[in-house]
Amino acid sequence: MKQRTSIIGGLAAIAGSFFVFVVPFIFIILMAFKDKPQSGLRDFSWPQGFHLWDNLVQVVTTRNWMMITAFINSALITVISVTALVVLAAMVGFVLARRKTRLNGLIEFLILAGLMIPPAVVPTIWLLQGLKLFGTLHGMILIEIAYNLPFSIILYRAFVATIPRDLDEAAIIDGARPLDVFFRIILPMLWPVTVTNIVVQSVGIFNDFTNPLYYLPGNQNATVQLTLYNFQSQFNTAYNLLFTNILLITIPPLIVFLFFNRQIVAGMTAGAVKG
Amino acid sequence: MIFNLKSIALAGVGAIAVLLASGAAHAQSTTLTLLIDNGPQTVPVFEAYVAAFEAANPDINIELETRPGGGEGDNIVKTRLAAGAMADIFTYNSGSLFQAINPQQNMLPLTNEPWQADVQDSFKSVVTSGGEVYGAPYASAMGGGILYNIPMYKELGLTPPKTWDEFMANNEKIKAAGKVAVIQTYADTWTSQLFVLADYYNVSTAQPDFAEKYTAGEAKYATTPAAMQGFERLQQVHDAGYLNEDFGAATYNDGIRMVATGEGAHYPMLTFAVGAIEEIAPGTSGNVGFFAQPGNSADTNGLTTWMPDAVYIAKTVSNEEAAKKFLAYVASPAACEVRNATVEPTGPYLVKGCELPANLPPAVTDMLPYFADGGHNGPALEFLSPIKGPALEQITVEVGSGIRPAADGAALYDEDVRKQAQQLGLPGW
Amino acid sequence: MASAPTTARSRPSTYPVWFFLPAAIIYGALFLAPTFASLYFSLTRWTLFNSVFIGFENFAQFFREPFLIKGLINTVLYAVVTSTLKVVIGMGLALLLTSNIIARGYLRSVVFFPVLVSTVGVGITFTVLMHPTNGMINQGLALMGIKGPGWLTDPNLALFSVALVDVWKGVGLATVIYIAGLVAIPRDYYEAARIDGATSWQNFWHVTLPLSRPATATVITLSFIGGLRTFDLIWAMTKGGPGFASDTVASVIYKQYQAGFYGLSTAGNVVLFILIGILVVPLTMFLNRKQGHE
Repeated sequence: MKQRTSIIGGLAAIAGSFFVFVVPFIFIILMAFKDKPQSGLRDFSWPQGFHLWDNLVQVVTTRNWMMITAFINSALITVISVTALVVLAAMVGFVLARRKTRLNGLIEFLILAGLMIPPAVVPTIWLLQGLKLFGTLHGMILIEIAYNLPFSIILYRAFVATIPRDLDEAAIIDGARPLDVFFRIILPMLWPVTVTNIVVQSVGIFNDFTNPLYYLPGNQNATVQLTLYNFQSQFNTAYNLLFTNILLITIPPLIVFLFFNRQIVAGMTAGAVKG
Repeated sequence: MIFNLKSIALAGVGAIAVLLASGAAHAQSTTLTLLIDNGPQTVPVFEAYVAAFEAANPDINIELETRPGGGEGDNIVKTRLAAGAMADIFTYNSGSLFQAINPQQNMLPLTNEPWQADVQDSFKSVVTSGGEVYGAPYASAMGGGILYNIPMYKELGLTPPKTWDEFMANNEKIKAAGKVAVIQTYADTWTSQLFVLADYYNVSTAQPDFAEKYTAGEAKYATTPAAMQGFERLQQVHDAGYLNEDFGAATYNDGIRMVATGEGAHYPMLTFAVGAIEEIAPGTSGNVGFFAQPGNSADTNGLTTWMPDAVYIAKTVSNEEAAKKFLAYVASPAACEVRNATVEPTGPYLVKGCELPANLPPAVTDMLPYFADGGHNGPALEFLSPIKGPALEQITVEVGSGIRPAADGAALYDEDVRKQAQQLGLPGW
Repeated sequence: MASAPTTARSRPSTYPVWFFLPAAIIYGALFLAPTFASLYFSLTRWTLFNSVFIGFENFAQFFREPFLIKGLINTVLYAVVTSTLKVVIGMGLALLLTSNIIARGYLRSVVFFPVLVSTVGVGITFTVLMHPTNGMINQGLALMGIKGPGWLTDPNLALFSVALVDVWKGVGLATVIYIAGLVAIPRDYYEAARIDGATSWQNFWHVTLPLSRPATATVITLSFIGGLRTFDLIWAMTKGGPGFASDTVASVIYKQYQAGFYGLSTAGNVVLFILIGILVVPLTMFLNRKQGHE
């Protein structure tokens, strides 16, 4: 009896989730197979003819292979800034959770402020120019680090609180220096929450649209989200290419997902919830 | 460091070799950057211009960079100008939007360039600030009015209207025949402004000094009956039930497809849309005609005209001489020919010696009489006054969707205009 | 790194304060400094090219914006609707996905995957799916004999439709947080409840719900702040329209920015910050206090 209800429930859940969560992706794929006039109708229909390859070639080669440049740029920005975020935020979270100083209140406030305040674009551009970082990948990476630090720190701080102090204190008595303690003992133990950080932040940074638009002008600096503009303008939208583009830029998150799927829940258990 | 990495990845060879090689290749030549909008009639044209120009000037290399159009584009242009990070050469609107980017501070004056002698004064006036001319035209003049489906007009025995009443009578007949009389496409909000903006020729015949008083803050839309009429007309076509069912979600592309294939009769639009017909609905550009927005009397029927965008040189230009050379090319008859070969012509050119090709689509030929002797035309308000309120397109969507009455919309727009005038620091606000 | 030996020499602190430094420099320079600069500009009429000090005129103007009040209400409404739905649906899905259901792995994956997809891509896709006549959703409804509404074109519905898409995209994260919370509840509690003869409803109400409060707090805080700041999705789908119907404070600010009213836009930023502060600080305090009592 119980067995049967769970199977029926399961089938209902599969059917429901199929319509709600899978069908939109099928729609994206179908659109990517169509030619321009048919895709312009934007209906849910079977493609007339197989145009995926043509669309792909066109999307990738448009504007002098901009897509390739964009993928390289986005990959560099994402990998470097997420690596830096993990190390810097873990350092802050570690000390913040362990040491009660008068700074703590101020830091907590600044973290909350960072989550809440929308960034001021124009002064930031002036600053980047002063540092000769405007329109460079280095500058963009620093921006992504600055804007995403608060969230990462929150995750780490919550998790560090669950690790017994004995470990780091024992290590110090053995004569290890703080950096060694941090990199050899603490950081590896933070792995579950590091996974959460990697997944959430890399996806966020890879999918960031607004910030590269402001801080990273120039064709050679295009990021993947900006390639969507190649096919969507106020005057004319090539829906087949637009959706092929969406399909292409969904692949990297898919890979991250396949890689870390099993560890995501574990990381959440560890990090976000025990705060 | 990052750039080296990128070079390796891109070329698939040793980074040092690549850097050396590319360094050597570019050492001799000048490289200019050129920022253009991503419109389908801008990108191919500039690709062709650049190819032709580089062929003639092998020592100059031009890198094209695209940006979105509309409000987002305005944003990028302003931000980059303010940050001093503009490309050497860029395209942007003429008229009121041009005034809002502080030409005197940000752009190179081009008043004394020899090619200016061949540019029409009507164009120069909309790229002039503080007595200096800053831009060169790269496209043709446009009209704002109504595109219509010729086969449907023939089938129902209609003639292009000269007055608003005739227009509404036509609409009634089209509706009675079970067809969509007026196409509106509010998913692309900018398209909702046409009934208001293209009515300006009618406003100016009723009140010739409107632009001047409006700039001085003395005349308002809500209190000037002639000016308010545009908003009222927008509301009328909605209230009479003439619109396509999906007017709120349809896009500019849909609008062109509908008027070209006869899914709808009228589409209020700028004539530059003619260039997009063949791409969206191949083989139908012969089906689309054009007339100016009808007014109160057939005697004063005339066309509201739009000046095209211009090419400008940023003050931060890396090589002034090369950039000026490129602009001289863009404003030459040779460039017009390249343009004719690349995209469908959409209206008369503004450079002396530029000719339109022989077989024009009907929507363009319909427009030429307004420019010919005895025809009537006058510029849209945004070319006579530096003030255009940024929220007009949201307000016209509301009025055109029956969310807000015309009078209310006009009053709200006056508020919006006041904000813009204050921002521009105009006297009298 | 250079300062590590010094610290070690004086008194070997395991938790050196200089660990804050690298993060503080980047954050201070690229986020805090420009933010403070913008506070000044919110008091000016600023064209990017020059600025005139006008005191609080921008704030007065911002509150005169005819749609600001509506935008404020919309913002709060959007945040409340999305975070409530994420809590309720996320909890429901988490219960389902921790139960003995078939195809659990598949279900977890499909629910979570939208979290990873580009917001702009999702926005574009759903704008097309929600087209009133050709859109897949209304075509599907038409098959069942229902005439679907103009999801994004009806001014009363547009904001709500965007909120639904937000929930579609974000509920996976809430679900995962809840799953983590549910898994962490010790089995003993359920065991004890079972011995007391508790129904499954009582089980949920007296055991699951209170013990997953930390997860609820996390979901609410994250989605509420996210909801108040929301911009990408609204911009990709309606641009605040039709007219001004789905404008939120963030989209009003962006429109002022786009129009070149930089001072006004910065003032709007300050207003948004204050709004978030007024709503979120008491909320977090409330959520944390309750947590302390458990």
